[in-house]
Amino acid sequence: MFGPLVAKPGSSKNNQTGSWRMLKKPKFLHKNCVGCGMCKLICPEACIDKKDKNFYEPDYSYCKGCGLCSYVCPKKDIIMVEEE
Amino acid sequence: MKKFLEGSHAVAEAVKLCKPGVISAYPITPQTHIVERLAEFISNGELNAQFVNVESEHSAASVVLGAEAAGVRAFTATSSQGLILMSEVLFNIAGLRLPLVLVCANRALSSPINIWNDHQDAVALRDSGWIQFFVENNQEVHDFIYQAYRLAENPKIMLPVMINMDGYILTHGMEPVDIPSPTEVDKFLPPYNPPYKLDVDNPLSMGLLGDPTVYLETRYAIQKTLEDVLKIIPEVGKEFESIFKRKGIDLVEKYKIDDAENVIVAMGSVCGTIKDFVDKKRKEGLSLGLLKIITYRPFPKEEIFNSLKDKRDIFVLEKAISLGNEGPLYTEIKSLFNAKPPNIFGFIAGLGGRDVTFNTLEKMLEVAKKGKVRSYFLDVNYSLLKEEFFIYE
Amino acid sequence: MSDHFKDHLFVSGHTACSGCGQAIAARLVVDSLGKDTIVCNATGCLEVFSTKCPQSSWCIPWIHSLFENAAAVASGIEAALKYLGKKNIKVCAFAGDGGTSDIGLQALSGMLERGHDVLFCCFDNEAYMNTGIQRSGLTPYEASTTTSPAGKIWQGNWRPKKPVVEICAAHFIPYAASASVGFPQDLQRKIKKAASISGPKYIQIHCPCPLGWGFDSSLTLEIAKNAVLSGLYPLVEYEYGKLTKVFKISKKPVIEYIKPQRRFRHLLKDEKALKKLQEVADKNIEYYGLEKEVEK
Repeated sequence: MFGPLVAKPGSSKNNQTGSWRMLKKPKFLHKNCVGCGMCKLICPEACIDKKDKNFYEPDYSYCKGCGLCSYVCPKKDIIMVEEE
Repeated sequence: MKKFLEGSHAVAEAVKLCKPGVISAYPITPQTHIVERLAEFISNGELNAQFVNVESEHSAASVVLGAEAAGVRAFTATSSQGLILMSEVLFNIAGLRLPLVLVCANRALSSPINIWNDHQDAVALRDSGWIQFFVENNQEVHDFIYQAYRLAENPKIMLPVMINMDGYILTHGMEPVDIPSPTEVDKFLPPYNPPYKLDVDNPLSMGLLGDPTVYLETRYAIQKTLEDVLKIIPEVGKEFESIFKRKGIDLVEKYKIDDAENVIVAMGSVCGTIKDFVDKKRKEGLSLGLLKIITYRPFPKEEIFNSLKDKRDIFVLEKAISLGNEGPLYTEIKSLFNAKPPNIFGFIAGLGGRDVTFNTLEKMLEVAKKGKVRSYFLDVNYSLLKEEFFIYE
Repeated sequence: MSDHFKDHLFVSGHTACSGCGQAIAARLVVDSLGKDTIVCNATGCLEVFSTKCPQSSWCIPWIHSLFENAAAVASGIEAALKYLGKKNIKVCAFAGDGGTSDIGLQALSGMLERGHDVLFCCFDNEAYMNTGIQRSGLTPYEASTTTSPAGKIWQGNWRPKKPVVEICAAHFIPYAASASVGFPQDLQRKIKKAASISGPKYIQIHCPCPLGWGFDSSLTLEIAKNAVLSGLYPLVEYEYGKLTKVFKISKKPVIEYIKPQRRFRHLLKDEKALKKLQEVADKNIEYYGLEKEVEK
């Protein structure tokens, strides 16, 4: 019945917030990464995947371009670039 | 098994047999004996339930909301100020479609503070989406508890039920009550098995933000469900009757209406007094009957219309007033009739626990003879109202 | 499905502001607790941005009731689980600073007093953010909000933060602590510690708000760190009413914390007012014994 407004877990994945990005987006250089995992730990959108050892990548369909991954990376391996 | 019980204890005995898992309430006169007796049961091992002693009625309603959402049958009771304090949560429970059962020991609303019976508290919640019943005596309140859970937990309904019993008159008045056996109750009331609940094995999010694209539909859904409830209530009552061998829940009770020209309409324990009054007047030659409204929400329009449409004078007597307009029951009954309505008179009596006696009812008939009234307050002590500002010396 | 949906219990697609501290904190909390967790969320930013019908970012059972009753609903869920004999399910109540220190304080105190096995997390962004940045009981001294705006006569909020951590500790609960998204591993440790304890727990998490405090979204973590390092947001732990642990800091001057924030901008032109805020920080450092070498 339609009433209490119940949603299935993680149904927010249908809302691709990557379209919010206007000015900048993170670029993962994959040069100096030591695999500390801090970028994935602090991403507010929880959209950074560990693809391989010392290789992390954001999911741009959800990334809002906040820049926190770039701030937190101890090896400066993430830079913020202009959004195309 | 028959026991001589006050209404509160009749409630507690029924709740015990329904085996709720969580009971939470905040004390307020005259509901206190209900939860005290339930606490005793749990303390002595007669009832296995979690008893949560909360710090306010708002939290009492919230605790049972959480328990119902987690898939466990719950119970709470309150009155007057408590009902109004928890009203925010009660709207929430109806909107979340949780089948809670609540007993309200009807009591007047502050200010002034008054601990005696009237219906202003329950009537203030009539817009909330709750199913509301008014009982006449202790047997009824006892039997309605089983039927309330049965009705509420129906997966097609999933709406909360409020059983209204007159504070002090029923809660503290002793009457014989026939208590069924646990096996009979188990036959009638299956365990609570909700279609949605908080479960780590099947995680769901409940209580989402409903923007203008969906909110309207949730209200429409409740409205439609309440229309179905009107059909389901008499069915539940019939099933109750088949197992327990006495009358079950219904929309209205017609007392000597069929051959009556004039009908009094009322709710609650005052109907007991009115039934005796009807008998007395009929002996005196007046054609009179009583239409007792049992189900107040959803409002049984068809039943009431069909019972009253061919009558001459209808006397609506209620223990509530929608200040600034008329008695709520009067307004709702009047609205059923358009073309060729009977003469419908509206009376307010018994507020703040003032007794409704045969004198009150005689006065009612007298006033009606003089002309149409819409919200006539009976038994007013006009000497109290003489001065503009009355300060006791 | 992308990995990042499988790895977390609070997932992408929510509508939080870019750089939201609360979004980070909420995810860290539920990820640390695991899938056997039930959350009751009070009305506020978190509830609104994570569950706009028909979407939900939560992958654990979750319920939103009202603003002030998160602790009471959580108590009811805990009682229900107790009745069902279901052990090892962590019941949590989530609320903002308003839903904790102001409108929610009664229900919180009741829950603590009754000893329910519930973890109450306060996401402290220091104002009623969801309704438009109004002042709450946890708004810090001299912060400008829409109901305590800095102007010709007022210098922002004229009251100190309500000591909710101490209020909870005064109930002698097993664990009451403060944490910050600026120190995420410390937050994770505290959550895991709370999860291992039976009984009522309280954790207050400092969540900087880019929109409400007025700073660029990339500065959330730095500002959170500086709040702690200035002494204005002490990270403390109480067990059974006794202060057992503090996060020692190498003190930074308050001005470094407040400079990037629009809500404190008026203090940069008012030396006397800035001094008063520094005094608040100094008092904290003294009271909790915060000053020492920073330990990484």
